[in-house]
Amino acid sequence: MRSQSRITFYLLLTPLVLWLGLLIIIPHIDMLLISLRERISFGVYETSLAQYEKALTEPLYLRTFWRTAVMSVLATALTLLIAFPVSYYIAKMAKGRLQQVLFLLCLIPFYVSELVRTFGWMILLRETGFVSSLLQWVGLADRPVEMLYTDATMMVGLVYTSMLFMVVPLVTTLESLDDSVIEAGYDLGGSGLSVLREIIIPHAMPGIVSGCIVVFMLSLGNYLTPTMLGGKDSLWFTEMIYNQFIVRSNWELGAAFGFMLLVLSSVIVWGMLWLTGRTLKETMG
Amino acid sequence: MIPTIPQSRSFRILYGGYVALFFLYLALPLTVVAVFAFNDSQFPSLPWEGFTWNWFFGDERPQIGVFHERGILRSVGTSAFVALCVAIMSVCVGTTNAFLFNRYEFRGKAFLYVLMLLPLVIPGIVLGISVLVFSSTLANGVWDMAQIDIQALRPGLLLVILGQFSFITTIATLVISARLQKFDRTLEEAALNLGADRLTAVRTITLPFLAPAMIGAVVVAFLMSFENFNTTLMLVGSDAPLTIAMFDRLKEGSTPLLNAVSLLLMLGSSLLALMLILFQKRG
Repeated sequence: MRSQSRITFYLLLTPLVLWLGLLIIIPHIDMLLISLRERISFGVYETSLAQYEKALTEPLYLRTFWRTAVMSVLATALTLLIAFPVSYYIAKMAKGRLQQVLFLLCLIPFYVSELVRTFGWMILLRETGFVSSLLQWVGLADRPVEMLYTDATMMVGLVYTSMLFMVVPLVTTLESLDDSVIEAGYDLGGSGLSVLREIIIPHAMPGIVSGCIVVFMLSLGNYLTPTMLGGKDSLWFTEMIYNQFIVRSNWELGAAFGFMLLVLSSVIVWGMLWLTGRTLKETMG
Repeated sequence: MIPTIPQSRSFRILYGGYVALFFLYLALPLTVVAVFAFNDSQFPSLPWEGFTWNWFFGDERPQIGVFHERGILRSVGTSAFVALCVAIMSVCVGTTNAFLFNRYEFRGKAFLYVLMLLPLVIPGIVLGISVLVFSSTLANGVWDMAQIDIQALRPGLLLVILGQFSFITTIATLVISARLQKFDRTLEEAALNLGADRLTAVRTITLPFLAPAMIGAVVVAFLMSFENFNTTLMLVGSDAPLTIAMFDRLKEGSTPLLNAVSLLLMLGSSLLALMLILFQKRG
């Protein structure tokens, strides 16, 4: 019996180890190694930090890197600000059937491909688009207005794309807050604002943290939205990775960019977990 | 701020209005995509030129509908094939992972669990390039040693499947683990007492209990794979899945054909999603 159990254990362990080893760990180590080499001549490579040096000294690369980081943080903050009142409404104000329907309405758009959602924004906002025509018809504009290819449009798209991943954890944590606790807060003389600050937000913290982590990750790693909605100046870091790999075939530099993106996202994710004293297991699992 | 606490009328109206605006924001892009699929014009934009089914069923230029457009139909087939492979593989590995983490205590378990979660916090595009880099290292290694070119390791469907599998498995594991945790172990023990061997007990008692979660994981994995863009973009070869094919066309300029494809996609995925939600409510 004992030895049979051991065999089962190893049989169950094998797929996990193969999956993580061959598709996650070794490929990332390989990517790191590629990023640490420099092409001397055809087929001859030398280990060096040249790629990282190039990435950190070229103003365009560095600027794009920080811009992507800052814009992703901004998109995360905006998503949280927009989603919080709505999540609260779904969790606490709406009751019964309405609550279920509203929650479902939040979910459905996100079963649709991100490409379709981005396409929708393009139809709405382009020069010949819906909003531009509407503005002319109402008389607010006397010629077509181009609203695509700006940072603001890109932000609208980024917030839209990751909204679900903020709403779901927020609704889940807010639902678990007992109404009587809020009532007690009011009974003890708290105003709406102080109840929000002292009771509701602390209770919703786990949801806020996991929502923010996922939204930040999704924004940072997004390729479609910045490419299709953003302008020429709003180059995204993922676009640079794509360009190095597919357009320029400069895998060494591309791998270095990939690693920088990975480090940036890890630092921010772990930083947020550390600041709030939570573990990855609690937040994701 | 709960219904039992009285609030001023204007606050309630303001709050309700905000929530309504939010849902308008959610619905607007999808609505315009759907509506312009029926526009009798070459462009998915105003002015409205009248209603037509041509972007679905048309078979003459310039309005060739979805059902007569070879390239699109082929890419739908490719996507479905990839999604099916990814769904089956990830649910199989997800199930063994769930049993491993639920039933065994071993050294390094916590560490392995965190490792298992990692694919969720790695950007999709980085997952894509790491698989691309590693597979080509392998292919080059084999070429240097034996002068054999393994086409499967070059960008193409196998790599797309593996790349998507690498992170969808984490989600399948989480879905199936959540259900396995609720399983009452004494049921399995009862089966063992009644003379079943371990495998029979798991097969006849535990797996049927897990079935709803496994079916749910298959559907979720299928949808995620079908809609995946970032990882696929880095690994795609000559036969493009639907999202990539649509992206290429979108870059060239769009016709309402893309709206028609999008509408069908929306209908398909919301139908699957609704079925899943109803199914889970019952289960």
